[in-house]
Amino acid sequence: MKRIVLAAIAAAFLAGCQTTPTTAPVEDKSAAGDPSAAATAGASTSGTSTAGVGGTSMAEKDPRKDPGNILYKRSIYFEFDSFAVADQYKPLIEAHAKYLAANRNAKVALQGHADERGSREYNIALGQKRSDAVKRMMTLLGVQEAIVETVSFGEEKPKNPGHDEASWAENRRVDIFYAGE
Amino acid sequence: MHRSLRLLAVLVALFALPFSAVRAQLTIEIVGGAGTAIPIAVVPFGGESAFPLGVSGIVGADLQRSGMFKLVAADAVVPRPTRAEDVQVDVWRGRGADAVVVGSMQPLPDGRVDVRFALVDAVKQSTLAAMSYTVAPAQFRATAHKIADVIYEKLTGDRGVFSTKIAYITKAGARYQLLVADADGADPQTIVTSNEPLLSPRWSPDGTRIAYVSFEAKKPVVYVQNLATGGRQAVANFRGSNSSPAWSPDGRQLAVTLTKDGGSQLFVMAADGSGVRRVMSSNAIDTEAHFTPDGGSLLYTSDRGGSPQIYRLNLGSGAVERLTFDGSYNVSARPLPDGKGFVFVRRDGGRFQIATQDYATRQVQVLTAGPGDESPSIAPNGRLILYANEVGGRGILAAVSSDGRIKQRLVAPATDVREPAWGPYARP
Repeated sequence: MKRIVLAAIAAAFLAGCQTTPTTAPVEDKSAAGDPSAAATAGASTSGTSTAGVGGTSMAEKDPRKDPGNILYKRSIYFEFDSFAVADQYKPLIEAHAKYLAANRNAKVALQGHADERGSREYNIALGQKRSDAVKRMMTLLGVQEAIVETVSFGEEKPKNPGHDEASWAENRRVDIFYAGE
Repeated sequence: MHRSLRLLAVLVALFALPFSAVRAQLTIEIVGGAGTAIPIAVVPFGGESAFPLGVSGIVGADLQRSGMFKLVAADAVVPRPTRAEDVQVDVWRGRGADAVVVGSMQPLPDGRVDVRFALVDAVKQSTLAAMSYTVAPAQFRATAHKIADVIYEKLTGDRGVFSTKIAYITKAGARYQLLVADADGADPQTIVTSNEPLLSPRWSPDGTRIAYVSFEAKKPVVYVQNLATGGRQAVANFRGSNSSPAWSPDGRQLAVTLTKDGGSQLFVMAADGSGVRRVMSSNAIDTEAHFTPDGGSLLYTSDRGGSPQIYRLNLGSGAVERLTFDGSYNVSARPLPDGKGFVFVRRDGGRFQIATQDYATRQVQVLTAGPGDESPSIAPNGRLILYANEVGGRGILAAVSSDGRIKQRLVAPATDVREPAWGPYARP
């Protein structure tokens, strides 16, 4: 204990004169492959999304931002060690597929996630398998392959930071992001 | 058995300052040791008290931390020997020491210091090593590590790793950092800071560059960063996910996992990202590749058999061989430098443990108890394995000897530490 306290005091005392000669701050964000960059380059999607979905006819309102619209829902959850999209999420995926078919400028990134158990690198592959599964369903519904990018965060971005089964269930998921969001 | 190196930790915390930023310093605690540690006396060096940071204390701490040595108290012996010829072996044998380290630190007119030491075998009454170094005070730590390396090699037959460096990732709130520090945790330097996750740091074989994965572009992208300049390059930034970099032994190539052609598949490219070629095709997950020491094969994780297991791909013939069969989850293989086996992570019930497997006998030796042990990284001499585990929801680093007998814990106050990577031998 004494060791940690002394080290902490030393660290606090010395924090004022930090030098970081080899620090390379992350700032040169590469645009390639970044869906938000793609959206900036293309036409703005907000404001042009006037086509109705599922009976919605409000021309000015973006249905994706309407909590009452199914397009507001963006997460698909998975069972442990599973990549199968459960039937309950099919209406959600169909709604987004329809929206993408109707809005030619829209693009999506599907972000796959895994729970924290096991290898971080293998979990990237597990999350990828989940985002690929959602993409496959979308393309079967007629969505162009080129406007859907599937990526994975593995276990790195849990929705719930807990360490029990209930938390893990929230973390095994695919999140849908539209370019520009 | 729980000897914490209090004095060293405080000295390190105080003296790291003039040369570098003080960060969450890793301190090493030995939590289990070898039964057959060599008893050794490290006598305070003559003239050492004239300097704020001595050398003998660091040498002793290095040796003790390795778990291969047991320090014999030396301060009560008067007069204090500083040269091999002054060592009265009977006195040291009587105190239980099999070996004695003596030395001196002599200031030179130009401000540098003549540091010399001798290692005496108290049993055979012979001098095993005697060397001198002319160094600036700022190099005292490095010099102490070199001396400890010489002693370790003379007495164990294996090369020491006290002069090597480690890399690791910390998470504090939403801030991720990739740091490089001395193998004893001293002198941590931040080389990348990001608000998005960082993963998979991997040292180039010459120790000049680190490959890693950053999520700063809202997806995994592989970078290679030069440690001297801080300059970096995105070497794998394809559509989809780019992850799991591994250097070839000659430092010219990187193996990576890419999803650009569908699925997580293995590719090899030049270290600058050019010449990307797929080395295998499967409809399963293939990832976590590491080159074998001869550069001719990759060990990797695949779920082609229904559960994640470790396979070996011969890069010349394309032949694939499954290596693990025991259990339903065997991942994160790292080839041992002797070419005889590999370290990996296995799941036993719900516990993740570090284990080794021999290629020829397929015998598995479980080294740790878990429950959350992962990301193993092997010291260049093959004797110690650094890994991450989680205690109370917070990640810490730990080390275990490849025979499982020596266990250490590396503690950084109030920081979540993960993804350790042990660097190569320092260039002479």
